[in-house]
Amino acid sequence: MKRNAMICAVSAATFAAAGFASAATVTIATINNPDMIELQKLSKQFEAANPDIQLKWVTLEENVLRQRVTTDIATGSGQFDLMTIGAYETPIWAKKGWLTPLNLPASYDVNDVIKPVRDGLSLNGKLYAVPFYSESSMTYYRKDLFDAKGLKMPDQPTWNDINGFAEKLNDKANGVYGICLRGQAGWGENMALVGTMVNTFGGRWFDQQWKPTIDTPEWKKAVTTYVDILGKYGPPGASANGFNENLVLFGSGKCAMWIDATVAAGMLYNGKESKVADKVAFAQAPIGTSPKGAHWQWMWSLAVPKSSKNQDAAQKFAAWATSKEYIQLVAKDLGWASVPSGTRESTYANPEYQKAAPFAGFVLNAIKTASPTDATVQKVPYIGIQFATIPEFQSIGTVVGQQVAGALTGKSTVDAALKASQASTERAMRQAGYLK
Amino acid sequence: MNEKAPIWVGVLGWAVALVIFMPIFIIAITAFKTEQDAYSLTLFFTPTLQSFHEVFERSHYLSFVSNSVIVSFGSTFLSLAIAVPAAYSLAFFPGKRAQKTLLWMLSTKMMPAVGVLIPIYLLAKNAGLLDSVTGLVIIYTLINLPIAVWMAFTYFNEVPKEILEAARIDGASAWQEMLHLLLPTSLPGLASTALLLVILSWNEAFWSLNLSSSNAAPLTVFIASYSNPEGLFWAKLSAASLLAVAPILCLGWIAQKQLVRGMTFGAVK
Repeated sequence: MKRNAMICAVSAATFAAAGFASAATVTIATINNPDMIELQKLSKQFEAANPDIQLKWVTLEENVLRQRVTTDIATGSGQFDLMTIGAYETPIWAKKGWLTPLNLPASYDVNDVIKPVRDGLSLNGKLYAVPFYSESSMTYYRKDLFDAKGLKMPDQPTWNDINGFAEKLNDKANGVYGICLRGQAGWGENMALVGTMVNTFGGRWFDQQWKPTIDTPEWKKAVTTYVDILGKYGPPGASANGFNENLVLFGSGKCAMWIDATVAAGMLYNGKESKVADKVAFAQAPIGTSPKGAHWQWMWSLAVPKSSKNQDAAQKFAAWATSKEYIQLVAKDLGWASVPSGTRESTYANPEYQKAAPFAGFVLNAIKTASPTDATVQKVPYIGIQFATIPEFQSIGTVVGQQVAGALTGKSTVDAALKASQASTERAMRQAGYLK
Repeated sequence: MNEKAPIWVGVLGWAVALVIFMPIFIIAITAFKTEQDAYSLTLFFTPTLQSFHEVFERSHYLSFVSNSVIVSFGSTFLSLAIAVPAAYSLAFFPGKRAQKTLLWMLSTKMMPAVGVLIPIYLLAKNAGLLDSVTGLVIIYTLINLPIAVWMAFTYFNEVPKEILEAARIDGASAWQEMLHLLLPTSLPGLASTALLLVILSWNEAFWSLNLSSSNAAPLTVFIASYSNPEGLFWAKLSAASLLAVAPILCLGWIAQKQLVRGMTFGAVK
């Protein structure tokens, strides 16, 4: 009897161990944003439904994340089974053969994913990442301040309009600045906005032979407009402000206008987070001389690296985390206003979402009309709106961003900044072998 | 000789202390603010534990703490185990190149860590030490070794050589010398060395962020996970930072006396 019991116990333990050994662990590298935190919370339901898959989360700050996942994927270390990567990395990494093309079940309804978003994550017709959330850019303004001065914001303002409004609404004595814009140097910071301004003023990063075109009149017009308007009517120390700083400034009623990511809409309309929830209104991102490339496109998406040892389990989770069912789960947990935005047509078709997010249709339109393959007046050899999808762009964009920030603070003139940017970009492109 | 230091020295001392303490103070009060209040430097607010709740809900704090403890104490123990014999030999049996060896050791600290990131990363990868506590212990030991040798060497230099010679004449072996004479006489110094090494390893962020992900991640990775490019995060980041520095701050407080004694050990002859 005793022996039997022992045999039972041993075999039970063996089975348990075998069961444990076969559980696939999916290590997920991700960023710290509210959408991802919610995913982490709700993922317990995925684990409960899939006991053979165990999830491990590595949450990192955006720049650290970028460095970590790049090192990991470039050396084939296989530390991560699922990576959160942006619109910039996906096509570059897919081309290098670092990512696994995704095999999604029919129930995923891939055609429901907004087309420009899907296109941005595909290479040669194959999808290499699934979007978790996506954004474009738009103009936020304070309706009460506009009304008080008898001003009216057009649906599609121009930079000229914005300049006029900023001048009239600038009321530094009462702590209200005419405009808040990104000033912090970086390819994803000030250059995200300046990049769209260059597009809409008819400029481009490179000509068809990959020669940088930063010392052209189009760039000068765009950067001069940016420096003038932010320098004259912006908050003090604007060159240190990124998305978060401006979110706080606008949310606490210190800016009359702000041009930034569509994702801010949800935060500004949330009375718990912003003091201007009932005073904010929106319009499209301003244009210069052409509507092309005036608003950016960005998405955070989930991709499975080739080096992952648990690709099937990782894909399964990625599909779940970006599915229609998951969006329903978030709606149930946090309400419709907080569901991941910019990914699925069905979200925007949902009347409950339309009710909870008055900006929904507007954001969808901005995302749909942001075209990375047609963002410039003149022809270009690259894809991308506020960036060019070449590996060298991160450092080029940041160096130029520093020059532009220098012009903003008055350390140098716009001409000098553009001249220096042109020289450094030419050097980088020559070193990388694009130019002879 | 003046018995009392002039007043301005005291004022200056307090001013410097205040400046150094300011960031910790700001972190401590921000941790108890809401995210909206966190961006203003006001001292008047209703304290809340909301950020701490969120931090505990999101992260396995204790797993980060245990990794930090294992890595920092493990690497300190290993560093001392290697540094003490090395310093003993350099202090009491210096060869022709003893000084140069010491300088060479220190020179390894002069190169920025990022310069060797890729080779170390690849070595760790090939040795299967990525995201492992063992890997971090080895790296931290190597990073701290020059400091440990230098400090131990300085303390050993203060020990009168005659004591050791007397013991040797009485027939003590090298081990006995080290164990029964050297270690007891230089204990305060070695204790403060150990404490410094623990603090340095505890706060090391570059290698832990690059070489660990989930299994071996120490508290520095825990803090890094609360920074956010789009959204408000100062209160949560401050709460996480406070939780991360709390254990080492307590240790420092408890060992303060020992630390000061160790630092000034041998300063007055």
